[in-house]
Amino acid sequence: MPFIPHTAEDTRTMLARIGAASIDELFDEIDTDLMRADFGPLADGVGEMDMLAAMSGRARRDQTGPCFTGAGCYDHHIPAAVWDIASRGEFMTAYTPYQAEASQGTLQVIYEYQSMMTALTAMDVTNASVYDGGSALGESVLMAVRASRRRQRQGGARDSAPVHIAVAGACHPLYLDAARTITRNQGIEIGEPLIAADGRTDLDALAAGPAPAAVVVQQPNFLGLIERVDEVTAWAASHGALLIGVVNPTALALLKPPGEWGDDGADIVCGDGQPLGIPMASGGPSFGFLCTRQRLVRQLPGRIVGRTVDSLGRPGFTLTLQAREQHIRRAKATSNICTNQGLLVTAATVYLALMGAEGLRRTAARCHARTRDLVDALTSMESVTSRFSGPFFHEAVIDIGRPAGPVAETLAASGVVGGLPLGQLHPELDHCLLVCATEKRTDADIAAFRQALAEALAR
Amino acid sequence: MSETPAELRYAATHEWAQLRDGVVTVGISDFAQDALGDVVYVELPELDQEVAAGAEIAVVESVKAASDIYAPVSGTVVAINDGLEDAPERVNQDPYGDGWFFKLEPLDSGELDNLMAADAYQDHCETGEARES
Amino acid sequence: MSERAPAVGTTTIFDIGAPGRRAHAQLAPDGDVSDLPADCLRASGPALPAVSELQAVRHYTNLSRCNFSIDNQFYPLGSCTMKYNPRGAHRAASLPGFLERHPLAPDALSQGFLACLYELQETLKVVTGMAAVSLTPMAGAQGEFAGVAMIRAYHDARHDDERSEILVPTAAHGTNPATAVMCGYQAREVAVGADGDVDIEALKAVVGPHTAGIMLTNPSTCGVFERRIVEIAAIVHDAGGLLYYDGANLNAILGKARPGDMGFDVLHMNLHKTFATPHGGGGPGSGPVAAGERLLPFLPTPYVARDTDGSGHDVYRWLTVDDRPQSIGRLSAFMGNAGILLRALAYAQMLGREGMRRVGEYATLNANYLMERLREAGLELAYPTRRASHEFIVTFREEAKTQGVTAMDIAKRLLDYGCHAPTTYFPLLVPECFLIEPTETETPEELDRFVEALIRIRDEVEREPELVRTAPHTLPVTRLDDVKAARELDLSFRTGG
Repeated sequence: MPFIPHTAEDTRTMLARIGAASIDELFDEIDTDLMRADFGPLADGVGEMDMLAAMSGRARRDQTGPCFTGAGCYDHHIPAAVWDIASRGEFMTAYTPYQAEASQGTLQVIYEYQSMMTALTAMDVTNASVYDGGSALGESVLMAVRASRRRQRQGGARDSAPVHIAVAGACHPLYLDAARTITRNQGIEIGEPLIAADGRTDLDALAAGPAPAAVVVQQPNFLGLIERVDEVTAWAASHGALLIGVVNPTALALLKPPGEWGDDGADIVCGDGQPLGIPMASGGPSFGFLCTRQRLVRQLPGRIVGRTVDSLGRPGFTLTLQAREQHIRRAKATSNICTNQGLLVTAATVYLALMGAEGLRRTAARCHARTRDLVDALTSMESVTSRFSGPFFHEAVIDIGRPAGPVAETLAASGVVGGLPLGQLHPELDHCLLVCATEKRTDADIAAFRQALAEALAR
Repeated sequence: MSETPAELRYAATHEWAQLRDGVVTVGISDFAQDALGDVVYVELPELDQEVAAGAEIAVVESVKAASDIYAPVSGTVVAINDGLEDAPERVNQDPYGDGWFFKLEPLDSGELDNLMAADAYQDHCETGEARES
Repeated sequence: MSERAPAVGTTTIFDIGAPGRRAHAQLAPDGDVSDLPADCLRASGPALPAVSELQAVRHYTNLSRCNFSIDNQFYPLGSCTMKYNPRGAHRAASLPGFLERHPLAPDALSQGFLACLYELQETLKVVTGMAAVSLTPMAGAQGEFAGVAMIRAYHDARHDDERSEILVPTAAHGTNPATAVMCGYQAREVAVGADGDVDIEALKAVVGPHTAGIMLTNPSTCGVFERRIVEIAAIVHDAGGLLYYDGANLNAILGKARPGDMGFDVLHMNLHKTFATPHGGGGPGSGPVAAGERLLPFLPTPYVARDTDGSGHDVYRWLTVDDRPQSIGRLSAFMGNAGILLRALAYAQMLGREGMRRVGEYATLNANYLMERLREAGLELAYPTRRASHEFIVTFREEAKTQGVTAMDIAKRLLDYGCHAPTTYFPLLVPECFLIEPTETETPEELDRFVEALIRIRDEVEREPELVRTAPHTLPVTRLDDVKAARELDLSFRTGG
């Protein structure tokens, strides 16, 4: 049997030692009625060769031409060394580093990751990651609400009033969906994104809305535009709300880090780590990052690694602040989360070490330049225009003058992943595609996309 | 055997309270600090915070546990022990002295009578029913 | 653990760089950013490492050698199912067509991937005996959250608003009460009897019109099968509550018995346990959720449906909130940990029907064999009259009392013998305990080696307790100062700090 090493002799010897006549006897505490399940619909097992042949056939069906869709998942170059190292059995098949002495490799990697993420975001502290960008936003909101409820409680208020979270500008709609699912049962209401005609934050609508416990702003925003983060941060600070920044880690090589937004910076920063050496892979596994200020460190959910010393005084690493976590605090934990995406964090750490500040900056700059080239190429066509005029990073909204959904399907038929039709998520942008060009896209790729779009529009 | 000074009053949740000059000083008992192990952090209330008896008002955290501290009587916070921020080990070293948490101006000092005397608290700890809350 | 394992701690990646040093092959061509407004730009670059490619590769390769892992050591962690992670499954998920697929690619360019997910959904339905499966939860805790959120959505849809409590056995994993609270419920504990089963009288005393549901693991975290599960289901259902199954221990009954037949309404599985996907040093996991008919409309989206096109071919598509308006909604930005789902499917394909049955059987055989050998060696079992499921509990309360050597000390000493420590101090209701789960992929020789190691350590406890109390002695570090770590937080490298 696959992966079960026992010989017939092993089985006999072991049963004899136990004093059981058969393996089935070991299940004699289970009601016989429960042992009559029909597993008939399952297929027969196959060897690795046949499994891989079948899976390869399916994988080949999904192979496409160059990808021009971003929307939270980006086709960046991944240095070969990243997954050679992350796939080492010592990293890949290790458990959570609860036994610190036997896990110094994983623990030091996480410490280095924490160092890199705080440097990138200019925030004080971060955890060892959460599941993905959407769940990171959900956890950020829960954190902000815990902090603000604590403040209110100290002011004598009760917990029962629903808490409002404002969304300044275009935040990823799928992140918002996930965050709403995660926070819904805790008296939290996440508002609709407040977007002005220029595609960026509608500050007037923010001021006119209900008083929020926290304000969420994404940089660059979901529509690719560079947001008015200083103004939004200042507004939040002056209205007693915490500021949650959702950021793209590649963009942070170029853009002002959230720790420096406004006068005092963001309070909580989250996002998805996929751009840092993680393949698109249908969106997962990736990892969510979650950074904050020192004063909120005890509100931070999930694992955190600290540097300390061993009994001989030598430096070493261990999980710390565990008293906040579910396995100790149970019903009073900061979250039920008990995972970090360790393997993906390992990959991201190696990626950031290989890229360095200059490598990441060049990647970001190249992405921006390529996307500008793409927008120029596409809008050189008669019926295609840029929807918004503000500065963008590596994504842009182009208006093709007709419903974009069917056009994307036509592009797909010619093998091009040609941007995301926005009508489903933003009905007022039904004629628009959200397009992206990473550093991997060549002039030939861009020309091929332009050609395919021209043909689709000529139909 | 943990110390249980006779001049203090005790809550079932292991806080001690002492009324002096109209102000109630609150900390955690020797038994509690011993059960928690090395205290690494204390989250204190804000000055002027009003609190009802039995309400969660602070958190004490060790490597292995984080426990809520409940106000033993109703009142207003008039002092907090800032020194615990940099030296939480004082809770272990001197739970009834330097390791105090905060002081309350009680609404009704009669509420202290609802707390246990030292010998009753000692019994409470020994019966094994004294689960950390 | 290699004897040449490097010293850690003193040298981080930040210590070995030099200003201006780069991994040149990784530099993209530069791009012009002069069109971006100056006030939105970063003033100075982030303080990232500045190392050559070889320096980075060598540094992380050396760090990897400071880890225990399944590939290196026996890893009998109770309730964690640290079985072999087949390389073939890893290869399958790493096929270029899968790795390069954008999550929002049109359905027409995603039929291979969607077919895989559909097949996995169908497989897990059969394995659990449930009506439908959603694969999106990204870990056990998220699957748990989905399950309890579905219970809540069900009661809310019926305007059954009085139900405010989720019952949780005292032996339960800490995520269970934490999850109940995240879903807006109070967690109420139910006592576990001396035989490891839920105390039925205690259950009857707390169940009632306030009961939204109960969360159970079966076999339980006590390492025994909950024998009166059908009766428990009837009691909770009669009170109007629902039953949630925590699939942490599904490996014990895989291919033998099904939670759906026991009366559970919703459950999650841990693919990183039962379906052999790697733990990755703490993640990614994957926690698909399965529902019976009653809770099916509330499953999280997206998941996959199969239709037939005009010419009789299968066509797969995403089911979304438009198809499932009562769904609790989305739990991740895209489709959960898609790559883990592919690994689990590859594993399931290789096992097939017969292989799955053998998993449950041999996981149980290995646990009972190991339990018997430790009983013979004189160790104290927590539930000596019970069969082991795929795991069992021993307690060192005598050693703790007489020698002052704790379960933690013995766990640390095991590391010196080249075995990862079992789960310690869980479940909380057994003092000084080990929860031991060998899994089906270990040979009897490996189990015997573990027994020998424990016997030798027990001798050491008698003769040289200090040796055990200060273990480990052969790893890159000795015991770490947790108190210093928490009091003087050093969570990231700071130059000059």
